[in-house]
Amino acid sequence: MNRLDALLQQKDNLLSIYFTAGYPSLNDTMKILEGLNNAGADFVEIGMPFSDPLADGPVIQRASLDALNNGISIKKMFEQIRDMRRSITIPVVLMGYINPIMHFGMENFVSKCQAVGVDGLILPDLPWDEYVEKYKAMMDNASIRFIPLIAPQTPDDRVRHIDEKCDGFIYMVASAGITGKINTSEDYRTKYFNRIRNLKLRNKTLIGFGITDNAGYKHACQHASGAIVGTAFIKHIQEKGASAESINSFISRLKG
Amino acid sequence: MSKYQVNNNGYYGRFGGQYVPEMLYPNVETLRHSYLDIINSDSFQKEYKELLKNYVGRPTPLTLAKRMSAEYNANIWLKREDCAHTGAHKINNAIGQILIARHMGKTRIIAETGAGQHGVATATVCAMFGMKCAVYMGEVDIERQAPNVARMKMLGAEVIPAVSGNMTLKDATNEALRDWISNPEDTFYLIGSVVGPHPYPDMVAKLQAIISEESKSQFREQSGGKDLPDYVVACIGGGSNAAGSFYYYLNDENVRLIAIEAAGLGLNSKDTAASISRGSEGIIHGSRTMLMQTDDGQIIEPYSISAGLDYPGVGPLHSFLSECGRETVLAATDQEALDAAIELTRLEGIIPALESAHALAGLRKLKLKKNDNVIVTISGRGDKDMATYMNRFNL
Repeated sequence: MNRLDALLQQKDNLLSIYFTAGYPSLNDTMKILEGLNNAGADFVEIGMPFSDPLADGPVIQRASLDALNNGISIKKMFEQIRDMRRSITIPVVLMGYINPIMHFGMENFVSKCQAVGVDGLILPDLPWDEYVEKYKAMMDNASIRFIPLIAPQTPDDRVRHIDEKCDGFIYMVASAGITGKINTSEDYRTKYFNRIRNLKLRNKTLIGFGITDNAGYKHACQHASGAIVGTAFIKHIQEKGASAESINSFISRLKG
Repeated sequence: MSKYQVNNNGYYGRFGGQYVPEMLYPNVETLRHSYLDIINSDSFQKEYKELLKNYVGRPTPLTLAKRMSAEYNANIWLKREDCAHTGAHKINNAIGQILIARHMGKTRIIAETGAGQHGVATATVCAMFGMKCAVYMGEVDIERQAPNVARMKMLGAEVIPAVSGNMTLKDATNEALRDWISNPEDTFYLIGSVVGPHPYPDMVAKLQAIISEESKSQFREQSGGKDLPDYVVACIGGGSNAAGSFYYYLNDENVRLIAIEAAGLGLNSKDTAASISRGSEGIIHGSRTMLMQTDDGQIIEPYSISAGLDYPGVGPLHSFLSECGRETVLAATDQEALDAAIELTRLEGIIPALESAHALAGLRKLKLKKNDNVIVTISGRGDKDMATYMNRFNL
């Protein structure tokens, strides 16, 4: 069974952490992955750097650029995580942009994901309908879940349209914006979260973008099945390093 | 016109589309559903045409360049977008889009700019309509293009430095898209070229089509009995002046459409901006098109002496027209463009923009026959490039 499906069935109040492959040093990918696995993150998202990451704020942009300068590529990342299932038990999701994947070849990419034990994909600039039409069957066959995003401006009928063909979970972008930034009031967000909850979707939802602390995590858990934290984690490893202790302290502070 | 028009899903052949994050989907969809109705409405057309005439100063002339014609042994006609208000064709699109934005009830305008021409055009129309305006510009370009930065500021626009990536046009475009993602309700993104997610490529092409609408009838009037030119030549970066210059000739298959890319230091060098000649297929800024990228699909920063042509992608319409052979894509180097700029200046008394100089440099690459009629679009005037000309020509 897909690890993400199993996790979503068993548990709520999930905490997922995003980090950038090949950052801060080229060969830190496995070290951070193991650190998060051992520290009690419920699952992880590994960011595949792109030169022009449209949905990302300055912190992840910078980390992506540094990682590219370090020499990361999709091919290199797959080499790094080739044997990850020897030590990593939690679900692993890859997040990235469509252009480098197109170049790698989608079929090749999906089969590599399956081979190394990736459970899901988040590709913000691959339109939902194109995924359904062109890639869903391929990903279903490889037991890879494609995680769609929705935002406060996404109309109800669009949310339902996405929910209908989605397996896995729906990624609720907390407020209109890019990663690392919240530009709306808590009231506004609560109204949006409630609107989505009242749609009684088939799929669970997780909330991400701009969650930095325990209060943000708890608020997300009140309104959804959990939270996704990225920018705050990148900042943390910039300041405190990527050692096991550093990662442990970040996770325990977030979970409270 | 259907063969070369965008289809309902926003594609020209396999190029184009709407590769944007879901956060932009509602915005792009709303625009997609309304832009044709707005553009085709009588009230829009009346206001757009009135502004083009009485504010921009259209129609721009079609000038028979007599000494150039003697030099090339063919009839060289110049479509004079350099005579438009603000000094380039960019204003045609800016006026059209701000009318659309107002129709949609938007109150804030954002734009990206490289050399600053589109930024100036946008700041201009925002001043005219009293609308808030933010222009994203790479920090490196801000330093290189001080006069245009000052013009935008004088016009009341906020110029926001893009400090990501290489800090040039592609990064300014990223920042503008990020701004739009963050401000989806009140903000309209006024894109400067035939790039971006559908419907922008088609919308901008339609708003620049005035160039060929005019040149077609002007040519008929002035050529003394000829119906159509043999060639239409335009420079191409993102491709808005080329799209506008070609638009009304697309179905006249005997008219050869020639797009001149910026070869920079040479097509075989690393320092080039020739996205169609040297690039490969990929996705940038919301559409599938030809672009400059590494083997890993990372976007490469292009190079050209002309700040208006150094964009790593190209409008999807041009990727399509080039692939199906309707448009011939050639390239001119920095030096060829400089030579063409001084040639036009000395033969005709017109100082062209460096971008337009690339179109002129294309003339030497065509096998022109006596009595061939060639329309070259002079997309803008050279005032903004004087620093480069002073340096390169020791003026």
